[in-house]
Amino acid sequence: MAAKSIYTKLFGRALLSFSSRTLYHSSHTLSTMASLSAHILIRAANRELEIPTGLFINNEFVPSADSPNDLIHLVNPATEETICSVVAGSVKDIDIAVAAARKAFNTTWGKNVTGFERSKLLNKLADLMERDQDILAEVESLNNGKPFKIARDFDIGDSIQCLRYYAGWADKITGQTIEVDNKTKLAFTRHDPIGVCGQIIPWNYPINMWAWKVAPALACGCTIVMKPSELTPLTALMLSKLIAEAGFPPGVVNTIPSLGSVGGVALSTHMDVDKVAFTGSTVTGRKVMEAAAKSNLKKVSLELGGKSPQLVFESADLEQAANWACLGILYNTGQDCTAGSRLYVQDTIYDKFVSLLVSKAKELVIGDGFDEKSGGGPLVSKTQFDKVWRYIESGSAQGAKLALGGQKRPGKGFFVDPTIFTDINANMDIVRDEIFGPVLAVGRFKTEEEAISLANDTSYGLGAGLHSNDANQCMRVSSALEAGTVWINQYNLLNNNVPFGGKKQSGIGRELGSYALDEYTSVKAIHWNFGEKLDWPL
Amino acid sequence: MPSTFTHEFNTSAFKAKVSFSTGLFINGQFLDGSDNTTIDVINPTNGKVVTSVSEGTAKDVDLAVDAAHTAFDTTWGLHAPGAQRSILMSKLVALMEKNADELAALEALDNGKTFNWARNVDVAGAIDCIRYYAGWADKVTGQVQETTEDKLTYTRHEPIGVVGQIIPWNFPLLMMAWKLGPALACGNTIVLKPSEFTPLTAIRMCHLINEAGFPPGVVNVLTGYGHTAGNAISSHMKVEKVAFTGSTLVGRKIMEAAARSNLKNVTLELGGKSPNIIFEDADIEQAVNWAAFGIFWNHGQTCCAGSRIYVQEGIYDEFLKRFTEKTRSLKVGDPFAPDTFQGPQVSEVQFNRIMSYIESGKAAGAKVEIGGERHGTEGYFIKPTIFTNVDPSMKIVQEEIFGPVGVVIKFKDEDDVIKQANDTVYGLAAAVFTQNLNRAINTAHRLKAGTAWINCVNSLHSNVPFGGFKQSGIGRELGEYALSNYTAVKAVHINLGHRM
Repeated sequence: MAAKSIYTKLFGRALLSFSSRTLYHSSHTLSTMASLSAHILIRAANRELEIPTGLFINNEFVPSADSPNDLIHLVNPATEETICSVVAGSVKDIDIAVAAARKAFNTTWGKNVTGFERSKLLNKLADLMERDQDILAEVESLNNGKPFKIARDFDIGDSIQCLRYYAGWADKITGQTIEVDNKTKLAFTRHDPIGVCGQIIPWNYPINMWAWKVAPALACGCTIVMKPSELTPLTALMLSKLIAEAGFPPGVVNTIPSLGSVGGVALSTHMDVDKVAFTGSTVTGRKVMEAAAKSNLKKVSLELGGKSPQLVFESADLEQAANWACLGILYNTGQDCTAGSRLYVQDTIYDKFVSLLVSKAKELVIGDGFDEKSGGGPLVSKTQFDKVWRYIESGSAQGAKLALGGQKRPGKGFFVDPTIFTDINANMDIVRDEIFGPVLAVGRFKTEEEAISLANDTSYGLGAGLHSNDANQCMRVSSALEAGTVWINQYNLLNNNVPFGGKKQSGIGRELGSYALDEYTSVKAIHWNFGEKLDWPL
Repeated sequence: MPSTFTHEFNTSAFKAKVSFSTGLFINGQFLDGSDNTTIDVINPTNGKVVTSVSEGTAKDVDLAVDAAHTAFDTTWGLHAPGAQRSILMSKLVALMEKNADELAALEALDNGKTFNWARNVDVAGAIDCIRYYAGWADKVTGQVQETTEDKLTYTRHEPIGVVGQIIPWNFPLLMMAWKLGPALACGNTIVLKPSEFTPLTAIRMCHLINEAGFPPGVVNVLTGYGHTAGNAISSHMKVEKVAFTGSTLVGRKIMEAAARSNLKNVTLELGGKSPNIIFEDADIEQAVNWAAFGIFWNHGQTCCAGSRIYVQEGIYDEFLKRFTEKTRSLKVGDPFAPDTFQGPQVSEVQFNRIMSYIESGKAAGAKVEIGGERHGTEGYFIKPTIFTNVDPSMKIVQEEIFGPVGVVIKFKDEDDVIKQANDTVYGLAAAVFTQNLNRAINTAHRLKAGTAWINCVNSLHSNVPFGGFKQSGIGRELGEYALSNYTAVKAVHINLGHRM
């Protein structure tokens, strides 16, 4: 695929055609009845895809049980055109999916299947994902806006690895045996699967977050009711199809596209969901945890927002630091919970570094995801676009200086160019709030102490980065930064075997690594008496 | 100036005069509450006031949190190496051992449990627990992950920070130890609220904490009410974790408050309605002894109390007969009398609550095999009570009574009993009595509970985790598992050569 030809092909034309086929008719058929699949033309690849658009319950795509006319319309953020519609799950549909997951947990999954079998199926799923990586990437790009190549090589490449990584854990879940009294008693622990898990994932990495959630849950033997974001449910539905193809028993994974206020609330308040895992905003995370507390005290893990700092010290390799800083704030067009959105530079190198940074940031092309020149796509939705612009306007209004960006593009698509503010202070909204766009606030510091205090002056604690060639300083600063992940001389790169999660108001629990297994297991201690006699009364 | 509690114990079990300040313990000092109010401590054997202690309210919680933050940032946390934390904890253990009888007597005085039980379980267990975690303090480890050769990735298990701990009245000292042990070992600083009913041992411990040489502000203790001090802790913006042991009702509120405030981490050890299953092939005499221990120990005020006793039909009559006889032999009375098994319930509120459950059981048609009424005319004593002829919809079968009230239920076979046993919103503990190896394992595995006992009940060890499935809680205390409740994992990625 030559970059230029694709660009020419796409530019100024409708990217998609849309057709749908009604596969389902109820006894009282309605003209607006949701179909269970849609045909989508990917012009860039010159292919038509048939995508499932129903609810995925018990390994089948089905219509809503009680609200057949409720649809979610999906928009291509690069063109603002409608892609297709999917069935919107209702509270009743969540109930049905939970019941399916419960049944699977009690009969075909959970403790009814060995870790070896779970491992085999997870690897099989990874194989299928690898087989379909191009079409998955195309749909991801279409629906989310991110560049096709990034979707395929990073989001999907990493997701495949994540599935394989946890496939390897599935037959290695171990408890402890604990010495209590060697002559009369043995205690041991079993790390049981928790049960039915509700998983609510965001729109910024639809496939990748799906993999982070599904892989450890399935490895541990849990069953799942997944609610993808209402903005980007298509790839979750495609992956659901692969779940069935891989041979997972019906009900192990169920997918219900739905609004947060409907499906998200239903899952987090459900009395028969044993655990809820959520990735998204701190505002919503709070609600999920409250709902868990009010309902059945389900276990909660939350991966929430951030306002992550990056520190550049005078000894750093400035060229490299500028590259990583750009990656930190501009990757995924800033729609990243770890986005390094506050950059603090030591005063001795401040001017030099900022001009380097601006020139590097300028080089990024934000454009249509199918254009090979694009290093970043549009923001995901009109809502996000408006929100980011409100912040850019507030930055200027509150007295920060624009070093780059700040100009709205004409035409269609939710594109926002790299934006850099300097002359900031700690009270500005652009310094305090998570913007979730390509908007960087740059400040300066004198001493290491000041840098640490600026960096930690936030209610968030997800990521943090530092650039320095002083080894002792790296150790000191990385220890002092209040964050679940600290990057030294790099930023934003994650590994499936390294845990990820937030301190402070950035979340509860850890995903990835062996740590994530704790989020999907419930520890049972068994005390076995084989010799102690109880005299009674004592 | 906070008042000093002076008391002369003159019992056969313990004779001594004790005297100590009963102020709030903030930054190493004993203080009056900000509102200058006090809380009366009642002797549950006679309903009379023992003493008054300073009351902590929201303002005091703020002061304590500030002290804890200062300590965390200067003298504790990452500023005190694990080996040093371990030494201080060991010193505290030595002081607890030295004062073990006094601690036991204080526990018996305001809680009503017997001196012997307090001495041999509560105090001994608390000592054991803190010693166990003293051993962990210099063994908190992270991982180094292999990623690529141009990168080094490792995790640090850092102390979380200032942690709030809210403990109940049923095992005042032991629950304090379960909370302090892992939190201190991991380097956290603490704001702890003991129950307003049983603050004496917690306050006495503060004196020992000072004597051991902990820096001021590492442990702060405020006696207070749940709706004031407890609420201030769980909704505090500068408390980074809250650990609570108590009722499911309150646990829910704590988690909600955490969600609404600063999303602090939460661990909860809540209620239970734990099943105790006795199969036909069990050693019946042992099963009877353990079953009585399971429900009547600590006057039934045990979150893991085996309050639903399921007996297989073939031995039901025989078991019930022997169990009733055994129950009859339990002596209820003065906690300081050497042959007393069961003292009073902790408070009038609890007494009334338990009596209303007993009345509801009677009204619903359950049969009282033994007990079913108060013991004596003074204090909060209740006779050990057994109900039969119950059905699953009765409140006495569904709800946690937290008193010496058990129900005995007949079952057919393994599938039947598993279904009945798991038919509860709780999942704290469960027990199985059988001599059949396969049945023992199979049943223990199928029970939805955080602790499963085989041929024993209510048996806990500091190195074995304890906590609830379902609505019995979140997280695990004790064992190595508890360390993860008090550490925040930081992943550090160091780039050694990957050029961007």
